[in-house]
Amino acid sequence: MRVGIIGIGQTKMGEHWSKSLRDLSTEAGAMALKSAGMTASDIDGLFIGNMSAGRFVGQEHLAALAADHAGMTPIPATRCEAACASGSLAFRKAYFAILSGHHKIVMVGGSEKMTDIGATGSVGTLMGAGDQEWESSIGLTFPGLYALMAQAYMERYGLQRDELSLVPVKNHAHGVKNPYAQFRFPISVQDVAASPLVADPLRLLDCSPITDGAAAIILATEDVAKHFEKPVWVAGSGQASDTLALHDREELCRLRASEKAAQMAYIQAGVGPENIDVAEVHDCFSIAEIIAYEDLGFAKRGKGKQMLLNKDTSMGGSMPVNTDGGLKVGHPVGATGIKQLIEITRQLRGEAPNQVKDAKIGLAHNVGGSGATALVHILRRD
Amino acid sequence: MTYRSSVPLYWRLQKAKYTLVGTQCITCRSLYFPPRSVCPSCRSKGFTKQHKFTPSGTITTHTVIRTPPEGFESLAPYVIAMIKLDEGPLISGLVVDTPEKIATGKKVTAVFRKISEDGKDGIIHYGLKWKLVE
Repeated sequence: MRVGIIGIGQTKMGEHWSKSLRDLSTEAGAMALKSAGMTASDIDGLFIGNMSAGRFVGQEHLAALAADHAGMTPIPATRCEAACASGSLAFRKAYFAILSGHHKIVMVGGSEKMTDIGATGSVGTLMGAGDQEWESSIGLTFPGLYALMAQAYMERYGLQRDELSLVPVKNHAHGVKNPYAQFRFPISVQDVAASPLVADPLRLLDCSPITDGAAAIILATEDVAKHFEKPVWVAGSGQASDTLALHDREELCRLRASEKAAQMAYIQAGVGPENIDVAEVHDCFSIAEIIAYEDLGFAKRGKGKQMLLNKDTSMGGSMPVNTDGGLKVGHPVGATGIKQLIEITRQLRGEAPNQVKDAKIGLAHNVGGSGATALVHILRRD
Repeated sequence: MTYRSSVPLYWRLQKAKYTLVGTQCITCRSLYFPPRSVCPSCRSKGFTKQHKFTPSGTITTHTVIRTPPEGFESLAPYVIAMIKLDEGPLISGLVVDTPEKIATGKKVTAVFRKISEDGKDGIIHYGLKWKLVE
């Protein structure tokens, strides 16, 4: 049995001073229902991805809250957490719920409200995705973890600082056309070099921002989805884990969980990296996109930068990546995985602001923490 | 928001945090720091015993934290490095030397220091930091 995407909705990403976590979640869900021509009473299950509402806004038990405010009680409502990969984890669980035969039409959302605490608080909260006893307790931060990877990668493969900057330059250029983006301005390599250091060698413009936002998708059985005009099908789903702490990895220049999740998704979908027309990859920090090209099989180990130098992954290239601007133009952590899948859905429906011509197969890659969780989904149209 | 910790949180990690006591698998003899109660390779056959590490290692990669988390504001900017202990395990450590002196391949040794304070009247957290061997 196939499972199809029949509805999508997302809020604008940014600093939503006048909206709370429940407002954002409800707004995205309502948009997804509207796009599917459905009401809340058509939905028989709710999954929501969220990293840390408990620390960001002091609110746990989020799934029931979301169902409550969307008027969806008493359907089962489940929260999924895998740090920044919470959104695609929820998607995979919703997909399985339908495959199991227990559910027919499911809403899967992701949401995060990150600006209700100050910047220092959010630095500490995000570090909850790392190892509390042995990483955050010594003053390590998330930009710090990816900086350790970036430094190791640059020394091992000779990646130059200005070459690393090609990631945010490309993604900001793509984000200009994205009406939901937090930032809609182009930047240059010089702008990256002039931005303040956050964790050497990473600068401010290498880092994804602190973002409020929510996104939602309606998934349905093939029997339901086939009656929709442009259903997009889940062709493959992969998920893998790795050590929580970065220092427990044998390799700092690759994410084993990404490689494994990609392998699972490719095998299920019966495709390889060469068949992917468009991809969303987890560019939480610039180095992460280059490592993702290699982990996903788009480029050989150590050669990821060539895709940027050749503009392969820019609009008009052979396989555009992060056509909505990626995480660089908004990273509401729990919502990010869903937002990526929405962009791929738009691409396959031919409705994306930066449309890749005739896109048939798309991939979304979502990472939790410094790579302790990774999920890869492959979507395709008929 | 401040999350004040209880004494046991720090107390139970004293041996590892103050004196670099990790673990060794009783079956395959692999060494672990930070300590693990079970060897991830040998699993059910891999219970571990304590092992005190020599406080000496080599920097394998490094960064400078300029946007610190709560409790570390007064230290910033500070160096965090991945350190390969002479006995094998890779660990994350704060290096007390100034950033311009740090480079991959340099040798470091452990020093006992205050790590952070849990708010104004909270627990003071001690542990090991690292310094370059001149």
